Amino acid sequence: MKELWKIFYKGLFDENPIFILALSLCPALAVTTNVVNALTMGLTVLFVISTNNVVVSLTRKLVNPKVRVPVYITSIATIVTVVQLVLQAYFPVLYKALGIYLALVVVFAIILARAEVFASKNKMIPSFFDGFGMGAGFTIAMLVIAVIRELFGNGTIMGYVIFGAGYNPALIMILPPGAFILIGYMIGGIRLYNQRKDAKRLKGSES
Amino acid sequence: MAEYFTLFIGSVIVNNFVLTKFLGLCIFFGVSKNLNASVGMGMAVTSVITLSSILAWIVYHFVLLPFGLTFLTTIVFVVLIASFVQLLELIIKKQAPALYNMWGIYLVLIATNCIVLSVPLLSVESDYAFVTSIVFAVGSGMGFALALILMASLREKLAYADVPKPLEGMGIAFIVAGMLSLAFLGFSGML
Repeated sequence: MKELWKIFYKGLFDENPIFILALSLCPALAVTTNVVNALTMGLTVLFVISTNNVVVSLTRKLVNPKVRVPVYITSIATIVTVVQLVLQAYFPVLYKALGIYLALVVVFAIILARAEVFASKNKMIPSFFDGFGMGAGFTIAMLVIAVIRELFGNGTIMGYVIFGAGYNPALIMILPPGAFILIGYMIGGIRLYNQRKDAKRLKGSES
Repeated sequence: MAEYFTLFIGSVIVNNFVLTKFLGLCIFFGVSKNLNASVGMGMAVTSVITLSSILAWIVYHFVLLPFGLTFLTTIVFVVLIASFVQLLELIIKKQAPALYNMWGIYLVLIATNCIVLSVPLLSVESDYAFVTSIVFAVGSGMGFALALILMASLREKLAYADVPKPLEGMGIAFIVAGMLSLAFLGFSGML
């Protein structure tokens, strides 16, 4: 049980797909203009990555290593199509808002990377938790970015007015340049934190 | 003719794929450290996008549409493009080794890339005719190449700048891309 928790937990912070590994950045910038879109995208990725890890793990002894990448891609594409059809049928507004980025979940580096690095070598249950942790880390990162962008760019969170009617929104946060600049500073902030931590540890070991 | 020109300028500058739609970011940040590499990459991406758009258009209009299989578009396009790029790599390796040495390595990188997949998907979604979809593909590829080359030139200068330590590398690259995107935003009223 403890092992499974560890597998799940590393995806949240230590190996967070967006902030630490800097993988799958396109959606992190494109659909984080408001919290609802970001949450939908995060949950979609969470579902695709854990389901795909289970499928890859169950079929790992049947698939010839030489053709494994096309097999993984086909499996991912199938799961993404299922999500697309479900969203189209029950949440047409969200489906429209996510647009092309939903189909592009197919080529997310993080999903293929987890299949290759983890699920192809491990049993089903650990693979599921690995995918679940990575997906949860991805969702959290998306939410953090989206909350900042929606709050400053529109004065709201999930459509609820936070700053009051007098707030003059900083439109740039919603526009593409704001996304690039915000992520740049976030990466810088995380690195600053890690550098401080390393420096402290170094000092501690010297004395 | 005018409509093609509008579409072309639109996809190169106004709706630039990298800077306004965030597609192809992995390559954009990965390759833009070096100017020569980004010229090669830009050419490779443009030709692969164009060829795979043509292929995808044919498959969509002659196979998927008549048989009512449009819900399989995503799967079919991914498999089609990935295998097409692999095939292209084999052919170039055999027929034109010099060309392969020049940009064969980039082909491997773009086999499953978001920009290569999204151009055919978008042109199918917008119901473009055959020639229109080619113009759109060439424009998108050249827009990507333009952004990549601009970014590489900036980053080569940036190597001599005194950047705060935590922002070195990826951090400053994102902020520079933000400035570039801001500049491209100025074109948005053009069309």
